[in-house]
Amino acid sequence: MNTHDLTYWLFGNLRWSDFPPKSDLIATGAASLVILGALGVVVLLTVTRRWRWLWSEWLTSLDHKKIGIMYIVIAFVMLARAVVEAALMRTQQAVAINAPGVVSPEHFAQLFTTHGSVMIFFMAMPFLSGIINYVMPLQIGARDLTFPFMNAVGLWLTGAGAALVMVSLVIGKFSIGGWSGYPPFTELPFSPGEGVDYWIWAVTLSSLGTTLTGINFAVTLYKERAPGMRLFRLPLFAWTSLCTAILMIFAMPPLTVATALLALDRYAGFHFFTNDLGGNMMNYANLFWLFGHPEVYILILPAFGIWSEVISTFSGKRLYGYKSMVFAVMCIAVLSFTVWLHHFFTMGQSANVNAVFGIATMLIGIPTGVKVYDWLLTMYGGRLRLTAPMLFAVTFLFCFVLGGLSGIILANPPVDFSVHNSLFLVAHFHNMLIPGTLFGMIAGYMFWFPKAFGFRLEETWGRIAWGCWSAGFLLAFLPLYMLGLFGMMRRTAETFRAEYAPWLWTAWGGAGLIVCGLGALIVQLIVSIRRREALAVPVGDPWDGHSLEWWTSSPPPEYNFAVLPKIEETEAFTAMKRRGRAYESPEDYADITMPKHTGLPVMIGAAGFVCAFALTWHIWWAAALGLLAMWGGVVARSFRSDFEHVIPAAQIERENEAWLARARATTPVDRFAELDPANRGKAVERQ
Amino acid sequence: MSDQQSLHAGVNIGRTDPEAHEEAGPVMFGFWVFLMSDLVLFALLLATYSAMSLHGIAGGPTPKDVTDLKSAGIETALLLASSFTFGMASLAQKYRDDRAPMVAWMVATALLGIAFLGFEARDFVKLAEEGHMPQRSGFLSAHFTLLGCHGLHVSAGLVWMAVLFVQMRVPGLERLVRLRIMRLALFWHMLDVVWIAILTFVFLYGAA
Ligand code: HEM
Ligand SMILES: [Cu+2]
Repeated sequence: MNTHDLTYWLFGNLRWSDFPPKSDLIATGAASLVILGALGVVVLLTVTRRWRWLWSEWLTSLDHKKIGIMYIVIAFVMLARAVVEAALMRTQQAVAINAPGVVSPEHFAQLFTTHGSVMIFFMAMPFLSGIINYVMPLQIGARDLTFPFMNAVGLWLTGAGAALVMVSLVIGKFSIGGWSGYPPFTELPFSPGEGVDYWIWAVTLSSLGTTLTGINFAVTLYKERAPGMRLFRLPLFAWTSLCTAILMIFAMPPLTVATALLALDRYAGFHFFTNDLGGNMMNYANLFWLFGHPEVYILILPAFGIWSEVISTFSGKRLYGYKSMVFAVMCIAVLSFTVWLHHFFTMGQSANVNAVFGIATMLIGIPTGVKVYDWLLTMYGGRLRLTAPMLFAVTFLFCFVLGGLSGIILANPPVDFSVHNSLFLVAHFHNMLIPGTLFGMIAGYMFWFPKAFGFRLEETWGRIAWGCWSAGFLLAFLPLYMLGLFGMMRRTAETFRAEYAPWLWTAWGGAGLIVCGLGALIVQLIVSIRRREALAVPVGDPWDGHSLEWWTSSPPPEYNFAVLPKIEETEAFTAMKRRGRAYESPEDYADITMPKHTGLPVMIGAAGFVCAFALTWHIWWAAALGLLAMWGGVVARSFRSDFEHVIPAAQIERENEAWLARARATTPVDRFAELDPANRGKAVERQ
Repeated sequence: MSDQQSLHAGVNIGRTDPEAHEEAGPVMFGFWVFLMSDLVLFALLLATYSAMSLHGIAGGPTPKDVTDLKSAGIETALLLASSFTFGMASLAQKYRDDRAPMVAWMVATALLGIAFLGFEARDFVKLAEEGHMPQRSGFLSAHFTLLGCHGLHVSAGLVWMAVLFVQMRVPGLERLVRLRIMRLALFWHMLDVVWIAILTFVFLYGAA
């Protein structure tokens, strides 16, 4: 064995030149930011001596609430990264008219690939998994998800995928094949480097994690509801969680198949999607969009749930048309599997096929319209409080209708032929994804933050964030509709039409405002933490809420509810409050068993990361080791039976009675004074 | 709780306490949901196979050239027999108090599974010797991947069985092990169902 063989054996394709400094300044800057960020976290944890706390309180926890929060932390970190990339792309397109601009074409391709992949897989998905994780078990009156261990494994697989994308900023390069990774471009002859492999394994890890999480959510919703919580008494967010979970169960496997087959092509010389020897990239397009289209409903349904809760709570009304809302969600979930082909109208199937899929696509407009009317009618005649989440809801309603209309336009195959792959499309999907998904997630974060941490978020900064995000969105994306109609294509690093400039600069300004919006969210968090005494809502019901999650202290105890409630109607908590039973002591307390902490899920995630990183760089021994360690972790877990600990009834009684006493002693505030420091977590309807 | 009542999906665990039955509900249900997800994977591989077996030949061998009906028949018999023996193991778990018959039936299942894999490996080697490697054409890629994925599942089932053989001897795991055997049974029978689809679409159509 010569030295070359030995280095390959040990380090695969890794070379010194894959490490920083990078070829250009911006890439080196990004790599330095990742390294500095990681170092900063390490130093901060060491200086404040928080390592042990982090490990024993958070990383090893199987509590659905903590797992939910950790998901959301991942989502925010990745959001920051992807927004910066977006701003960079907007800058590039604005200045690169008859000029090379600030980044090279290859770097630009990396930017849109990572931006898209990160936004979808490592921002939106963790965000919604996090919110469902936190809120759904509380809403249905459960103590935890059915499979807490699996829940943690799902989190850490997602975390491993996110880490892999972050590492790609430092070591080597990421894919330039777009978030959808279309072969044959992503096949070896056209993309020989490590980039596509980074993409494949990051996406595969997260999709495996999401499949597990989806199974967990669905089973929890079927099996863990409190006594009397019939399906048609579920809060709407729980309903959308159920439909999302079902979509995850059926839509993630196609993605796993697509990435696995692509990997076989790249690693073993198979011919699924190659240009020659019988390969056919259309099979990839079908597999990918069989996942991809339901995916956009995975992204949007939880937001629909959040809007339903936010709008009905801040309108002080029941949700209008509860059943029609539920049926609309179910219809959307089913229809989402019947339209994937609209993503490749232009790729050569017959006109009849296109017509069928075009009509199927337009049909989704019907249930979606039902929902929009229901939200409007919920607000109609209500006593609205325009808090920050509610403001986001209003922006959503306006913009979402616009985005929906552009979707109906695109569903028309002849029209799609002419604007296909132009910025019109980019405008359309951002029009759905930003007001639809992202604003929903931000609203949910603001709405449930006081539940999770015991204090409200500062309202002024919330409104500033809303203003920046809303105006920024409109400025950044409405011009793209025009640019698309003028003929500017997506993913272009340089253009030659001077008349695009005003539109591109407007979009650039919008992106700048969005960056400010992100900044405002960060400032809001810091200000709120500083003023947490004044903003505290320990009793737990700051918005006069309707559903069970508001019927515990803020933050809730590990076991959620001291005794499980008996549900007799929809809007369970409102019913309790109306009958004056909300803060009564239960008759007796019993011991509660809860899962113990364990470090195994973190280790499984770490092993998954090692395996994926090693596969990317062809370090076979480490890949095998990582894979073995992952399964070893699962088997090791199966040899234990002591995964639970018992919380004695006396302790529960003590904690619960303390909360009840506090709740009874707290003077309720009027709903309209809910932003006042006097609100200690007990807001009520004006008498 | 009466013995007759169907307490949860699958053959009930049998003579244990009511609490164990209650615990089984969500766990078994969750496993069914997982199986649905896993079936989507096979459905997609079958769909890919069917497309590739028409359009991915690339001048290479056709389905007819790589179909060995005799071997497929033996494999089918082995796998169906193993499902039968696992069924017997489940019944023994439900109705018999001693472990021995259940263990015996499971050992038989494992042996049949190993024999199945052996025949499958023989098929693969034979194809490779004839130069019919998965790298030859899209069709062969799909053929190897579909069968390989099924074979990988069978292997995973065998590893799982091995772990359970060990765990049956670990005190304190009894209840968990019983539940796991029930789930493994579902998994094993599902692989049989998938195999029937493979037999139909790969071998019977292939030979035709
Ligand atoms: C926050 C403000 C955002 C801005 C300013 C922005 C901007 C951009 C830009 C400039 C592109 C490239 C367009 C092109 O190829 O010509 C892009 C692509 C994309 N964006 Fe965004 N985006 C934002 C938010 C989001 C969000 C929230 C999501 C998803 C949840 C998202 C998902 C995508 C996807 C999937 C692509 C396509 C990537 C590809 O072509 O492969 N973006 N975005
Ligand atoms: Cu679609």
